[in-house]
Amino acid sequence: MAAKTTASTTETVAWRPDFDAIANWIKPNTKILDLGCGDGALLKYLQQERSVFGYGVEIDDKNVLSCLQNGINVIQNDLESGLSSFATDSFDYVILSQTLQAMKHTEDILQEMLRVGREGIVSFPNFGHWKNRLQVICGHMPVSESLPYHWYDTPNIHLCTLGDFEELCHQCHANILECRVMSGDHQVTVLPNLMGKLAFYRFERQMK
Amino acid sequence: MQDSNSVGIVTPQYMYIDKPIQLKSGSVLDSYDLIYETYGELNADRSNAVLVCHALSGNHHVAGVYADKPKSTGWWDNIVGPDKPIDTNKFFVIGMNNLGGCHGSTGPATIDTKTNKHYGANFPIVTVEDWVETQSQLAENLGIHQFAAVIGGSLGGMQALQWTLNYPDRVRHALVIAAAAKLTAQNIAFNDVARQAILTDQDFHGGNYYEQNTLPRRGLRLARMLGHITYLSDHSMASKFGRDLRDGKFSFGYDVEFEIESYLRYQGDKFTDLFDANSYLLMTKALDYFDPANAYNGNLTAAFKSIQASFLVLSFTTDWRFSPERSRDIVKALLDNNINVSYGEIASAHGHDSFLMNDAYYHQLVSAYMKNIEV
Repeated sequence: MAAKTTASTTETVAWRPDFDAIANWIKPNTKILDLGCGDGALLKYLQQERSVFGYGVEIDDKNVLSCLQNGINVIQNDLESGLSSFATDSFDYVILSQTLQAMKHTEDILQEMLRVGREGIVSFPNFGHWKNRLQVICGHMPVSESLPYHWYDTPNIHLCTLGDFEELCHQCHANILECRVMSGDHQVTVLPNLMGKLAFYRFERQMK
Repeated sequence: MQDSNSVGIVTPQYMYIDKPIQLKSGSVLDSYDLIYETYGELNADRSNAVLVCHALSGNHHVAGVYADKPKSTGWWDNIVGPDKPIDTNKFFVIGMNNLGGCHGSTGPATIDTKTNKHYGANFPIVTVEDWVETQSQLAENLGIHQFAAVIGGSLGGMQALQWTLNYPDRVRHALVIAAAAKLTAQNIAFNDVARQAILTDQDFHGGNYYEQNTLPRRGLRLARMLGHITYLSDHSMASKFGRDLRDGKFSFGYDVEFEIESYLRYQGDKFTDLFDANSYLLMTKALDYFDPANAYNGNLTAAFKSIQASFLVLSFTTDWRFSPERSRDIVKALLDNNINVSYGEIASAHGHDSFLMNDAYYHQLVSAYMKNIEV
């Protein structure tokens, strides 16, 4: 998520469809770990709406500073090096919001989420959206609202479709509990892998 | 050397504590003096007090200047002052010289009124816990029951951490900067070489050099030179001095040739005029002994069970004396206890000394954190 200039802690975070999609899955008064938390706006939103307690993890200096300005607990750490600071089973939810596609160690971070949290929540831009497919058919890498970069300057190195992600979950022994697909403000129910721009998954460790 | 947002002219004050302190070592000091400075105003609720704890060679003179000495700027003046990260418009900031120091608080160089001689070698070894006790005495006498924040870098950070352990309900925030929950073997080793330099100086006289009218200058100088190397990074030394020669060519002798030699010798010499060797010994011991997890079989998470304060923990990437890993140990134990903590790892080239430097990101983090502290 892009960093925004932030205001004081007393200001509330405005409603956002992507934040709300996640908040709907979060039970009140739970403990949250937000990986790649950006400026801390989601965590602040969840504190506001769900009275959660939590920490963000962020690598970027500017974002870490914004988190402090937002009054959010933030740990400056590279997600690529794992979550060794966090104990096993120490969170109710571990969130990875629109960060998965930019990570090198995709599988490792999923495993770490399953280790640290009771449930994991991942959101990512759906590469299978029809506009993306159309651009590829026309001979170009997609550039869109949810993928606003050119192929040469994109931080997104591991893009996937809904189907691809579900396969990875299976491989990582993650049991998918719920999936929600959005297009702008609206939830997509028909042909989600074609019509959805942003995908949300809630999952847990598979019982052995 | 006064900038527009300096606290300006400051005057140290003394507090005589006429209450015996039982030290960790078992020794008792019947009474002692503490020297301190304050900046800003204590508010009506007494809720805006901030204690700044000093490191090995620091003292109570944190910010501002002395009226008669224009070059006497406090050691952390770049961060403490009006509109600075530790904002004296908002906070009442206290700097205190630790017991055993040599800048006005009772220490080895003080005359023991019982014997009319310097304490010298008879001054007991003090620990970080002991310092927190004396700081607590000072606070109580100033009418401060709870600190908004206790802040320190290096050994000062250890004191900030110890505050949250000794007095969980008397400190709301701790800023622990370039510190560690315990020293590594390597770190203790450096301290011991420094101590050996002092202890084996023939002018040391078992710590009672005051009576001999001499000072173990060579030992203290070496101790400081060694310490100084470890406070800098390879990179900062390379960029500041490189292999530069003072005279541009080798002289094939043992006098000063390289600029780095000149710098270190100068720093060492300067230090012997400013610092007492016994205090140096004592401060390095306090560093070595600090290990709050020790009473919990080395389990730092268990040691932190009673903590109530919120934390900002900061480390610097090139600090190899108090490396980021050691700060992460602290962060992990805080996380294990569900304590409010934020951690910043600052990319700085200046090694351990970074905590004293004016780095934009570092100061922004401290500033943002301090701004959100309610008083």
